[in-house]
Amino acid sequence: MKIKILFLIAHVFFITSVNSNENQVKLLEVYKNLRCLVCQGQSIADSNSDFAATIKLVVQDQFKEGKTEDEIYKFLASKYGEWIVYQPTFNKNNFLLWALPYTALIFGAVVIFILVRKSKHNRVN
Amino acid sequence: MKISISKIIIISFVIFFLFVFWQGLKINNNYDTKNLIGQKISNFRLAEINNNKQYISEEDLKKNKYTLINFFASWCAPCRAEHKYLLNLSNKKKEIKIVGINFKDKKKNATDFLKELGNPYNFVGQDSEGKISILFGIYGIPESVLIDSDLIVIKKIVGPIDQIQYDGILKLIQ
Repeated sequence: MKIKILFLIAHVFFITSVNSNENQVKLLEVYKNLRCLVCQGQSIADSNSDFAATIKLVVQDQFKEGKTEDEIYKFLASKYGEWIVYQPTFNKNNFLLWALPYTALIFGAVVIFILVRKSKHNRVN
Repeated sequence: MKISISKIIIISFVIFFLFVFWQGLKINNNYDTKNLIGQKISNFRLAEINNNKQYISEEDLKKNKYTLINFFASWCAPCRAEHKYLLNLSNKKKEIKIVGINFKDKKKNATDFLKELGNPYNFVGQDSEGKISILFGIYGIPESVLIDSDLIVIKKIVGPIDQIQYDGILKLIQ
């Protein structure tokens, strides 16, 4: 009986610590994607400033309330502007920023295709 | 004159790149509070500095024609500089109420600060962890937010209130 109780306690302890670690990892991900507005090129995760400490507390609270990562970013962006989030959301103002890598990829593929076709054509001639 | 397809693609791509960079230049990368103006304040609940059981909430703010929410601390030197303007504003009781939020400060120091310089606030609350300041997009103090009876932010002042800001507030509330 004693062994069973000990096993149960160990099991509960293990589950709690795994969940806590998972939450810490998720929180760290959120901190890493938030810019410290009063620091030079640091994220909230990297910074020990007062501002970063407050943002961490607010993120923790919202996380406990069950808010999703996106909802947290949206809330902070509504207060501090899009600049606080490293990865900006897709909207009409920054669609070019999102489209640029894909455009470059397509452009590269077209250039390579043209060059290959040209060299083949030259070889045949 | 025959222009090859690859030349057209390269030229159009260069134009596209220049357009993107030109658009990028127009984006303001610095923190500003432009998008806070016009927003409605929500989830606001503030405990009184000397009595944790006494609160002020959105319902209380709705009763005021205008409310100036001022973040201050005893350790903040510019807060001293703006204090005289807050005292002047506190005389316009009909038009505006002032809520002071003591930011990351010790109660005793805040009380001494107000005893020394005078208390312009209709309500003084405490934000010891700074969480309330996030609701108002604050990142340093002093900062002040002017809201109307619908809880809409109509002005945000980053830094101490000076004569220009004071005149601006008067113009808005009269």
